[in-house]
Amino acid sequence: MTLAPETSDLINVEIDGVEMNVPKGTLIIRAAELIGTEVPRFCDHPLLAPVAACRMCLVEIEGNPKPQPACAIELTPGMKVRTQRSSEVAEKAQQGVMEFLLANHPLDCPVCDKGGECPLQNQAMSAGRAESRHDIPKRIFDKPVPINTEILLDRERCVSCARCTRFADQIAGDPKLELLERGAKQQVGVANDEPFDSYFSGNTIQICPVGALTSSSYRFRARPFDLVSTPTTCEHCASGCSLRTDARRGEVTRRLAWHDADVNEDWNCDKGRFAFTYLSQDRINSPMIRENGELRVASWPEALDVAARGLRSAQGSTAVLTGGRLTMEDAYAYAKFARVVLGTDDIDFRARRSSSEEAAFLRASIAGDCGPTYADLDKAPIVLLVAFEPEDESPIVLLRLRAASLRRGLRVVALSPIASRGLEKIAGEWAPIAPGADAGALHALAQGGGDVPNGASIAEALRQPGAVILVGERIADVSGGPSAVAALAAATGARIGWVPRRAGERGALEAGALSGLLPGGRPLDDVHARAQLAQVWGVDAADLPTSVGRDGASIVSAAAAGGLGALVVGGLEPRDAAQPAAMRRALDNAGFVVSLETRRTEVTDRADVVLPVAVVTEKSGTFVDWEGRRRPFARVFGDALMMSDGRVLAMLADVMDSSIGRGDVKSLRNELDSLGPWTGARAVAPSDSAAAEQTGGPLLVTWRLLLDDAALQEGEPNLAGTRRRTVAVVSAATAASLGVAAGQRVTVTGPAGSVSMPVEIGSIVDNAVWLPSNASDCAIASLGVAPGQPVRVSGGAA
Amino acid sequence: MTLTPVITAHWDRPDLYTLAGYRAIGGYTALAKALQQEPDAIISTVKDTGLRGRGGAGFPTGLKWSFVPQNDGKPHYLVVNADESEPGACKDIPIMMATPHTLIEGVIISSYAIRANHAFIYIRGEVPQAIRRVAAAVREAEQAGLLGDNILGSGFNLRVTIHSGAGAYICGEETALLDSLEGRRGQPRLKPPFPAVAGLYASPTVVNNVETICNVPFIVNNGVEWFRKFGTEKSPGFKVFAISGHVNRPGIYEAPLGVTMRELLDYAGGMRGGRPVKFWLPGGSSVPMLTAEHLDLPLTYEEMAAAGTMLGTGTPMLFDDTVSVVRAVTRWLEFYKHESCGKCTPCREGTYWITGVLERFEHGHGSAAEIDTLVDLCDQIGGRSFCALGDAAATPYPAALKYFRNEFEAGTSQAAELEFAPAASYLFSEATAR
Ligand SMILES: Cc1cc2nc3c(=O)[nH]c(=O)nc-3n(C[C@H](O)[C@H](O)[C@H](O)COP(=O)(O)O)c2cc1C
Ligand code: SF4
Ligand code: SF4
Ligand code: SF4
Ligand code: FES
Repeated sequence: MTLAPETSDLINVEIDGVEMNVPKGTLIIRAAELIGTEVPRFCDHPLLAPVAACRMCLVEIEGNPKPQPACAIELTPGMKVRTQRSSEVAEKAQQGVMEFLLANHPLDCPVCDKGGECPLQNQAMSAGRAESRHDIPKRIFDKPVPINTEILLDRERCVSCARCTRFADQIAGDPKLELLERGAKQQVGVANDEPFDSYFSGNTIQICPVGALTSSSYRFRARPFDLVSTPTTCEHCASGCSLRTDARRGEVTRRLAWHDADVNEDWNCDKGRFAFTYLSQDRINSPMIRENGELRVASWPEALDVAARGLRSAQGSTAVLTGGRLTMEDAYAYAKFARVVLGTDDIDFRARRSSSEEAAFLRASIAGDCGPTYADLDKAPIVLLVAFEPEDESPIVLLRLRAASLRRGLRVVALSPIASRGLEKIAGEWAPIAPGADAGALHALAQGGGDVPNGASIAEALRQPGAVILVGERIADVSGGPSAVAALAAATGARIGWVPRRAGERGALEAGALSGLLPGGRPLDDVHARAQLAQVWGVDAADLPTSVGRDGASIVSAAAAGGLGALVVGGLEPRDAAQPAAMRRALDNAGFVVSLETRRTEVTDRADVVLPVAVVTEKSGTFVDWEGRRRPFARVFGDALMMSDGRVLAMLADVMDSSIGRGDVKSLRNELDSLGPWTGARAVAPSDSAAAEQTGGPLLVTWRLLLDDAALQEGEPNLAGTRRRTVAVVSAATAASLGVAAGQRVTVTGPAGSVSMPVEIGSIVDNAVWLPSNASDCAIASLGVAPGQPVRVSGGAA
Repeated sequence: MTLTPVITAHWDRPDLYTLAGYRAIGGYTALAKALQQEPDAIISTVKDTGLRGRGGAGFPTGLKWSFVPQNDGKPHYLVVNADESEPGACKDIPIMMATPHTLIEGVIISSYAIRANHAFIYIRGEVPQAIRRVAAAVREAEQAGLLGDNILGSGFNLRVTIHSGAGAYICGEETALLDSLEGRRGQPRLKPPFPAVAGLYASPTVVNNVETICNVPFIVNNGVEWFRKFGTEKSPGFKVFAISGHVNRPGIYEAPLGVTMRELLDYAGGMRGGRPVKFWLPGGSSVPMLTAEHLDLPLTYEEMAAAGTMLGTGTPMLFDDTVSVVRAVTRWLEFYKHESCGKCTPCREGTYWITGVLERFEHGHGSAAEIDTLVDLCDQIGGRSFCALGDAAATPYPAALKYFRNEFEAGTSQAAELEFAPAASYLFSEATAR
């Protein structure tokens, strides 16, 4: 929260007799907080524009005959304010407003979710009178009414503070929640048959100062004072939200956005808030080994022994694949385990579509680098989005861009075949390109603009100090794309922010869980880098791999061809892989598979040894957000028996007569920190040339929607109810040439399969079709076609 | 004091509402004169007259115009407040029916002065006759080149848009009116910024009442001195008084400010049946009531304030001794409860609560303690609400209690209708009784 507009102008004011200097433009309510006085409030919220509607914060201002709302009045030089602390007028005014607020309130605190943490309850105690004089019939409403599947509204409890509606309009940019009717009948509502469709809707539950907005999943499940709260970090994406996890009797009951001015401010997205039921689903509680083709429960010593023997016998032909969801510490344990215990550099954390060009780009331009931050986005002259859709792929980035766009008209340009709803919300500019043509356009921008729409002005803006290029992980699908991003940054001086989707990817990169890259951004092929690691790891540098190992795709194809002795796999879903079938084959054909998993998956179904590991609530650790900022989090369940991946790997190493240390979070983190930053030469950025233009049928454009069929969203039907409807998006011209009309069903076919859904006409380039990657009714992986490649689109269902 | 018909001067002309009829009495000569002057000159003339807004608040009109920033590169707007929904107020609608061209001429001159090229007239939706009449007059003016591009060859362009309200009293409050005009739900806006700086579509905007704007052509034609001959130093000019209630000839009476209620009552033929005045309100339900002892006070902004009330819209309502004060106050509160926009707590909840308690008194179920509780509740609304509607809702009860406490005390044991039979207070009651 900022106290006031950025200004160095201080003015002298007095509050309750205390003289103070505050920046010009400071609101009375904020200044009072500085001297420890909390003026009671409901509609006030530091991140929303004042409305002065509830009148709870009335204070006396010298020379003003009427009490004034502290939340809306800016202090002026010499202003003397008296709050309820020193003014009877203010105190009486506040008590009067409180009496009115309670007049039509149902006073059902004993059965209200908010009871115990309710600003109305609390302030009724501090600023209200002991007895009510109200004895006429209250106005009543039907209740509760759903405003979407996640949120239930109790209109009788609403105090009409308009926090929820202002949030929807000012912050989320989804103005679909409104105050309706007038007088005492005023109520929050949505249009008929149009639910509050917003990825951020859950925030309204949290900022509602009463129990009017309640979570469908949490409703009636707990009392706040029975919950144990732990500050945590969201595990769902690279935005890095600070959360608070509330638990009771070994179960998470709810999660809230926690305040972090530098990152998520006071907000988070619905995925981070509601998607936690997976934590307790399908868990694996004990080690298992495969015997006669069947997994059976085994003791830890037995399982570790089998795993150790399997790995040892495959020595020289092993590889490590980790998903993008590990903590930095766990990823570091895998990185060290691969090099020290297995003696291999065949390791990759990118269990998704990836390329070796991307790996080279990450090693050269991202790892170990302090990239731009959220604050840099706030100040940037331009932000260029490349292969990145912020609303779906990193929602807090969207909120920050939107705030800067509203506040000061930040110029955001999306280089993309399609103008997304997110782009519209940030009033961004669309620089349309053909699917897969990113590299050519980026090179054109590097050279001054070329034929990119508005190219000259974009290129010029990118040369201004502070310019930022935000590139998503989808750039890996574009051959020549990562190289072109690096080239554009080099040519213009713009900084690159790499925004992967998953929470663990940046941490894994920093931890060295990628072939050719040692922890701390160190190039593996640099002898000094290896020497530094050898020293910290207490091994002989000569024993460390010296040449760059294979990346994920090569590992998978080698394993699939039966050419790999053993695979260690941690936190990875085959269906997320570039080619799920190939990944399954790799698991089937690898000589030996050790799986570290939290739950039954397609990997454990194919593993020889399964070692159970902790989920985020059972361990502490650190996620590194897209900025490269560390987001440490604490353990929610202190008595959990599950061990982290790091601990399990350490035990396995011991059994293998090697060592990666104790493997606990603290020692892993300390060891990583003791390495310090890499000051030597960096790897050279790739310079792959742009791929030739694609020809043929509509080209596929796709990304994963924020809410989709992902494993970590399982078991939460209320969240699933707010997913966007699956549609295929084409341009009007493409629709005409395909002979389909909006709303009609189409079938999209690739070499391996087809999907069908209604079609929508949208802002997308011609000869392209957009589809969600992983909707329950549209799994792109089943098409057998990569983004940017031609598909067949025909009218009618398959 | 004699009546001084100015705006109402030719209302006996049946064709006054047409362009030809209006022209015949010298209409649009002020416009020609105004377009010869610099806009700033008109602003300072209006300022010098001391004309005060006739919409209720009495804010000096010229001063308001002078707040509009000049050369700011933004479009400017004039918005005419013709939402007239105040209980008892009935002057703007008659003006628009009788002489719509006076309003349009005023609109053109005022727009020219504040450098607006687009004016809006926001008319109360329940009076389609007035909307049709003003719309027809606008069309006539357009056809005659009085509106549109290059008016009378001056190079000045003006478009007039008529907007119909949808039945909310709050939309007469100027900032709620602007929200409503923009297509939003009408609720007052937080000020600052004031409309003169950021009003309609966040651009400088002047909002004026119909009657206020109708003064402008006469000022341009006759000058400051002429205008100041009417009224007092602080309340210069003439006023279209709309008198209603238990008088023999309710209607429109135009007189200089400073005329007394007794004089106006004489013009209105006195009270029906020679009955005494029990209480009266100088300007709509939103101003505190007075009694017979105040009939000789001059009707000016300053004298009314001194007497603890306000001139308001200058539309006196008079009630004779057949009327129950409790019932009258309850009806007004029911109006405010219904019309509260709901934005702020004191007005939204307070009007609901007070009305509920007043209804008890009306039916004889009040209690002595509640007489004081009601005072307290009104105190908790007045000066605590977001806009003047809340303040207004807090006034009827304390004023009534001041003069007629006994009737509220009676309301603790006896229904108002026992002492004050409703039929006796109906305006048609004597006729039907006979
Ligand atoms: C609840 C409420 C209703 C109002 N209704 C009207 C109205 O119908 N007509 C009007 O001219 N002013 C009305 N006003 C006053 C306007 O807010 C504003 O002061 C006026 O239009 C300014 O014009 P003037 O300066 O020419 O009087 C109302 C104010 C309030 C608080
Ligand atoms: S639902 Fe809650 S946040 Fe929304 S207006 Fe009502 S009290 Fe405020
Ligand atoms: S934005 Fe990302 S980090 Fe934040 S709550 Fe949502 S999924 Fe979690
Ligand atoms: S006082 Fe408050 S509730 Fe009443 S009309 Fe004004 S803003 Fe609305
Ligand atoms: S907190 Fe100030 S009016 Fe609501």
